[in-house]
Formats: sequence, C-alpha cells, structure tokens
Amino acid sequence: MSISIHKVEKIARLAKLSFSQKEKENFTDQFNQILTFMEKLNELDTETVEPTTHVLDLQNAMRGDTSKTGLSQDEALDNAPRSKSGFFSVPKVLDKQ
Amino acid sequence: MHLTELAYTQLRRKLDRSELSCEKLVDLYIENIHEQESLNAYITVFEDNARQRAIEIDNRIAGGQAGMLAGMVVAIKDNIVMKGVPTTCGSKILSNFVPPYDATVIRKLLEQDAILIGKTNLDEFAMGSSTETSNFGATRNPHDADRVPGGSSGGSASAVAAGLCCGALGSDTGGSIRQPASFCGVVGLKPTYGRVSRFGLVAFASSLDQIGPLSQTVSDNALLLKSIAGYDPNDSTCANVAVPDYGSFLQQEVRGLKIGKPVEYFSQGLDPEINRAIENVLESLARRGAEIVEVSLPNLEYAISAYYIIATAEASSNLERFDGARYGFRSAGAKNLEEMYVKSRSEGFGPEVKRRIMLGTFVLSSGYYDAYYRKAMQVRTLIKNDFDRVLEQVDCLITPTSPTTAFKLEEKLDDPLQMYLSDIYTVSVNLAGLPALSLPCAKDHQGLPVGIQFIAKPFDEGMLFRIADHVEGNHTC
Repeated sequence: MSISIHKVEKIARLAKLSFSQKEKENFTDQFNQILTFMEKLNELDTETVEPTTHVLDLQNAMRGDTSKTGLSQDEALDNAPRSKSGFFSVPKVLDKQ
Repeated sequence: MHLTELAYTQLRRKLDRSELSCEKLVDLYIENIHEQESLNAYITVFEDNARQRAIEIDNRIAGGQAGMLAGMVVAIKDNIVMKGVPTTCGSKILSNFVPPYDATVIRKLLEQDAILIGKTNLDEFAMGSSTETSNFGATRNPHDADRVPGGSSGGSASAVAAGLCCGALGSDTGGSIRQPASFCGVVGLKPTYGRVSRFGLVAFASSLDQIGPLSQTVSDNALLLKSIAGYDPNDSTCANVAVPDYGSFLQQEVRGLKIGKPVEYFSQGLDPEINRAIENVLESLARRGAEIVEVSLPNLEYAISAYYIIATAEASSNLERFDGARYGFRSAGAKNLEEMYVKSRSEGFGPEVKRRIMLGTFVLSSGYYDAYYRKAMQVRTLIKNDFDRVLEQVDCLITPTSPTTAFKLEEKLDDPLQMYLSDIYTVSVNLAGLPALSLPCAKDHQGLPVGIQFIAKPFDEGMLFRIADHVEGNHTC
C-alpha cells in the first residue's frame, strides 16, 4: 500500500507532532519505503496463530493493599517546567477566540 | 600493561592485597576520560563523587567488609536513572531532567560497593544502531575514530573498550548491547526478559527492553549480572527466578555440549571474514568435544519487519508521557495547552525518535492495527516457536552478532531502512525474550573487532558464560 502526505499529516496530529512541508514529504517517501519492507509479513499465513504480546509466562503481579511512602510533593514538582502553589502549571486549555 | 586494561578480577586481587587503591584507580580512569574526550563516550562524569566514594571503598576493603564489586569503576547508560544527577536519554526533551530516585540496578551496584563514574552517550531514547542520533553528538569507535561504536549503548561499549571504565550497563531492545559490544570488541550480554529489573530504565519498548552488562571479560560480565539480576516488586515483569552463582559456570569443559548453527544466519549479506571467524570458533569447539548441529529458524527473515512494527508501536505509546507538563523540556512559545504539547514534542525530539513515533502511531491507528500490529505479534509467535523448537535439541546457538564490522560515521544516517537492516541477527532474540551474549572472537583485515553471538534458553545465562568463557580462553584476538 502507499501512504499519502495527507495521511502523514493525520498521523502527526494523532502523535502531537508538527512538521515542515519538506519534512512531511521526506517522511512520506521514507514511510512508503519502510512499509513496503514490512509488508513482507503478508507472505506468512497467520490465520490460526495466536499473537504474542509478552514472552514470559507471568500472571498478573499483585501486591498487598498497603500504603507506602512515595515521593513528596516537592520532589514530584522539582522537575516541573512551571509550578504554582503545589500544582503543575500549564498554559490555558481553551484559547479566547 | 596499563592498569585500566586489566579485568576487574585481576584488579580486585591487587586491591585486596593493598597493591593498589580505589583512589588511584579512579584517578587513572579519569585521566583516560580526559585524554580521550574526543570519543564522546560520556554525557556526564562524576569526578568528585567517584573520588570521594573511592576513599570510602578503600576503607571498606581495608576493614574486610567489601562487597562483590568493591572498587569496580562502572559507567551507566544515560537512560537509567540515578537520584540527583541528570538523566538525558541523549535527548533535548530530557536535557534538564534530574530524577528523584535510583533505578533498582543502581541500588544493587551501590550495595556491592561499585564506584559509578558517569553516564554514557546513546542514540536518542536508545533508538538507533550507531550512537549518532544523540542530542549530545556522536560517539566514536576507539578502534577507528572515523567509525561508529554501534548503538544504542555505544557510549558504554566505547568507554569499556577504551579503558574509560572497568564495566558498564547498557540496555538492549533489539541488539543495543550486543551490536556495540561487537563493534567495539567487548563482551555484552542481553539477559533473559525479566532477569533484571527495568525499574528506573526509561522505557522504549516495554516488552523487549532489558538492562545488561558490558565488560572486558566474560568473568566480569558474570559478576555484574549476578549483582544486578533478581526479582524486584517494583517491576511487575521481573521474574521471580533464583539467581545462580554465575561464576561457577566459568572454566568448564564444553565436551558433550550440543551447539546449534542456524543456517539462516550464515546466508547472503554476511561479511565473508565474519563468516570465517565464526566457522573457526565452531571448528575449535568441535575439536574440544562439542557437537555442532545445523538447525533451521525459517522465520528469521521476517524478524526485522515484526520487530520494527512492535518496537515503534510500544515506543509511540511510551513516549506519550513527554508532554512538557510535568518534567523535561517545555517550548517557550506555546499559547495554549495543545500548542504546549505539540511544540514541546516537536522541538524536544530529534528526527529518528519522531520517525519512530510516527511509524508506531500509524501501525496502531484505526484501520491499520490488524494489518500491521496484530500481524507482527502473530509473526512474533512463529519466531518464538522456532527458537523453542531448536533450543529443545541444543544447549546453545552460535551466530554472528552483526553482518558487518563497524561502519563509517554518517554511512547509514540518511537511510533509516539500511540502518534497521543492520540489526538482522539481534532483534529476533528480543522478540523471543531469550538471553544472548556477544563476544569478540577475531579482527577483520582492517583491525576491526568481530563479534560472535551465543543464544541460550530462557534463564540459562550460565550456559552462555560457560561457552563464551571457554572460547575467550582459547581464541586470542
């Protein structure tokens, strides 16, 4: 299959990334090359094969419902680009139109 | 021989007999680091902390209380967190991030009295095979400065090879420990998935990632794995399987062992010099009483496609957390929340990381999920079944680590597909969750190291050490 620049723009919106026109054109070419290679998988009949999401034979790992000390509020906010009164601070969610 | 060229087991004898101090040893490594700054192996070096700690460890050795790794000077790949010092992942988006906790492997190294010397360079978020995509510049190969050290743990491999540390930790998602170990001529192990806790490893592809050691010798590698392996309640994918004394597998015979040679790993695309080097090792093992049998892993040719679909899908999901809100880089120009996300991510991530996020988002998107992501997971089952079947017949598999020796800087940087194809012999091991070790076994006509890869059953790292130690002892290179 072949990917259009329009599709690349849609994927970028989903991934919250923006690109210049030249980058988009570049991506479209590279995507088509990489996806053509990946389509090699279609040579295999996997109709009855179960997917492997995880290699270990692990069950859900449960722990006791007991409290333990985590990071303090100060430690949790230490790396915040901006914080205010003990909260992470971000720009306005809605723009005034 | 310069002291920094010695393996830890030899240094430890000198430390225990007071013929050498940790303080002196740390100074020697720091001297080497300054002399070879052009390799760009480190992002951060802890000169003062390491010197201070060396004095403490000297006291502990004098008091007879020293741990298993006392005085071992270890470097850490910069995607493993350490409390109070930057963890960048080689990315602009984390250039100012200072973690508030230690990874489990860091805690375990410190408990055994290792001395941590610095954080090593890597491909941005461990996404690459050449350590060229780091925001902090490319790392170079100590054997030839015009060549790449491999990747993504290229800083760790280069540092061990150049004597800038005694051992190092890396992470391996598709070959990121083994391939740079092979390019730089050091020993690199990817443990079984779940053998080592991933708590504190910045996630790339969670079902494939594993932390492992790089070292000059097999015995140092065994010691490092023993220190960092084992169950950790902080990582729910970490297996509760007892950790053996890996040292007991060293200096054993190979007589009677069955070793598989997967024919698909020796076909077109393999450098003839590498082929010859691996055949030499197989012949030598046969002379020493091992039985070599040809086996087949027919789905190998699908491994790269399956791997890059699964790895990018998991990466696109894991890297959603970098949003400019809670930590890391935030773009200055954002007027609203949506812009903060898009601008911080677009300005903070480099081109290869963006490419992988885009590919991963695509294969997970509605209408393509079944054709790509689900298909890749089904192929993963077929690849795993192949390995399960042949590892029932043999104790270990032997393959090349990489189809070529170290390539030139920038040779593959503009051609992502060519770069991905260089991982052909390593990615299938991650898909199947198996342990594998790369050992230097020869040099090519240009003097570049050749790596041989050993692959064993889940949790049978002991077998890898047994065979690799034997080969190391009988092959000079």
